[in-house]
Amino acid sequence: MDVSAEAKRIMIQALGKLYSSRSQRGGLRLHRSLLLTLVMKSARDIYHNAHMACESEGKISTTSSVPQQLPMEEEMDRSGSKTQTSVSDREPIAAPGEDMPCEVESKPTPAGCKRSEQNKENITSLGPDRHSRKRRGKTAAEPDFLPSKRPKMEVGEERQTVRSTLRSNSTNCNRTENALTPLPLSQAIAAF
Amino acid sequence: MDEDTDTRKINSSFLRDHNYATEADIISTVEFNHTGELLATGDKGGRVVVFQREQESKNQPHRRGEYNVYSTFQSHEPEFDYLKSLEIEEKINKIRWLPQQNAAYFLLSTNDKTVKLWKINERDKRPEGYNLKDDDGRIRDPTTITALRVPVLRPMDLMVEAVPRRVFSNAHTYHINSISVNSDYETYMSTDDLRINLWNLEITNRSFNIVDIKPANMEELTEVITAAEFHPNHCNTFVYSSSKGSIRLCDMRASALCDTHSKFFEEPEDPSNRSFFSEIISSISDVKFSHSGRYLMTRDYLTVKVWDLNMESKPLETYLVHDYLRSKLCSLYENDCIFDKFECVWNGSDSVIMTGSYNNFFRMFDRNTKRDVTLEASRENSKPRAVLKPRKVCVGGKRRKDEISVDSLDFSKKILHTAWHPSENIIAVAATNNLYIFQDKVN
Repeated sequence: MDVSAEAKRIMIQALGKLYSSRSQRGGLRLHRSLLLTLVMKSARDIYHNAHMACESEGKISTTSSVPQQLPMEEEMDRSGSKTQTSVSDREPIAAPGEDMPCEVESKPTPAGCKRSEQNKENITSLGPDRHSRKRRGKTAAEPDFLPSKRPKMEVGEERQTVRSTLRSNSTNCNRTENALTPLPLSQAIAAF
Repeated sequence: MDEDTDTRKINSSFLRDHNYATEADIISTVEFNHTGELLATGDKGGRVVVFQREQESKNQPHRRGEYNVYSTFQSHEPEFDYLKSLEIEEKINKIRWLPQQNAAYFLLSTNDKTVKLWKINERDKRPEGYNLKDDDGRIRDPTTITALRVPVLRPMDLMVEAVPRRVFSNAHTYHINSISVNSDYETYMSTDDLRINLWNLEITNRSFNIVDIKPANMEELTEVITAAEFHPNHCNTFVYSSSKGSIRLCDMRASALCDTHSKFFEEPEDPSNRSFFSEIISSISDVKFSHSGRYLMTRDYLTVKVWDLNMESKPLETYLVHDYLRSKLCSLYENDCIFDKFECVWNGSDSVIMTGSYNNFFRMFDRNTKRDVTLEASRENSKPRAVLKPRKVCVGGKRRKDEISVDSLDFSKKILHTAWHPSENIIAVAATNNLYIFQDKVN
């Protein structure tokens, strides 16, 4: 689906732009970061809707495992600490291929292989009820065959760290990048 | 409108053969003063160059009031914020002139964090004949002084000096995007992404916060302030625009903190135009009151809109600047052009509005006749004193001889900053590192 592919591309570019804006002279631009975050949100919504539509057509049974946290935060975190930009996608994407979205077998392994290929790109996952901040159980969220690069901190601790960092630094602080371990998409802007 | 051209290049001539420009020479703001006698430009290197219009002389009638360099000074230097480990760019974001009250000229210039008030004055006399020092400034040996003399003022070569008179700093956490002088000529406001501060021109150690849209939880941030301006006549009224495409008009008499607006201008989004980039292209990059104070003009990525202050629900007029870009938003997003912030200006009588585009094109819209024209600021396509030829972008199908197709547009050549003389048909157009000044043709 073109829309889905375009949405994915836009999200990847937004991440790249957000990352490169950190090294920009003059510090992070709040306005630009906000616009990029909004673009990413709408691309994510469209990507999600496209896949949900596919799922309902294909009647895949394993759709409930899309977790809340997004690998995007991982991307930001890892980009801050390492130079590599690819992220391993721990969350399963229900439709592995653009061409055959509705013919996925229910067996996780072949789908997982396809997913790991896709996982080399930067994909954000699509929490169906993203208003809920609770993370689902790890076993449901992360297939065993995918390497987990998520840091060990719990979500609540992370948010506390971010908030306290934000309180002490009003804005545009490079040090916040260390505290950017998994943030939901809506919190991305808080780092700036 | 027929035009003369007069090109003034700020950078040195060795760059003439090259297509790139030194980044420090990129012009970042252009502003005429209240009489139009002076034109100030700021650049990315923190310098301000002021041009002055020549007095018209009878013996050279064809050199009708050209602009020459009057003063050049370094307004801002790069700084480093040690607390946040951040470099503060010296780029001049805005220049605003104060109205002239004596022989000196005053302007405000700002970078991301600090506003400075500069005094520019001429010196054509200097005192000579001091007793304790000689004319070079060297201290005289007291034992050689045998008589007293009174220093006298003697003429000297005209010198224009610029002196910083006030420095307004440490008031903005975020990046300053606008400054606006109030019509009371005593106060001005400075605007960053989330806050607007009101200053007294005489007082540098205190400012009042009049707008604060920072949410308690930054995670809930949805919009930022993109520009703000005082009403030209009512010193209690100002407007600020947002990244969501709305404009708020505030009255400072209502309360000390103007978080609640008096008027809210927003046009509902056309759902058929919705795309991934709707939020980006609806962000307002500039807002300007008309000289009359009756209208408001806003610029977003693809359009210029004129609003009547008495009608909040929708703009009075909408002008499409370069609608052919609507289908190219994805590539413009990729090359970052979609984030470009174009400015817009009124002419002196509020009958024509002007704004910039890509490929060194700029557009003018006549509000009365509804005619519009696209012109180009480039040395290759216009000789000095030649009449500018209108340009046209071909949007599809057969391309005519002089038209340029959308795919051939050079998106690195953008005109973000333009200025219009307050009373005459003289415009200043900044094209990267070059400044173009166009005047009406005289028969």
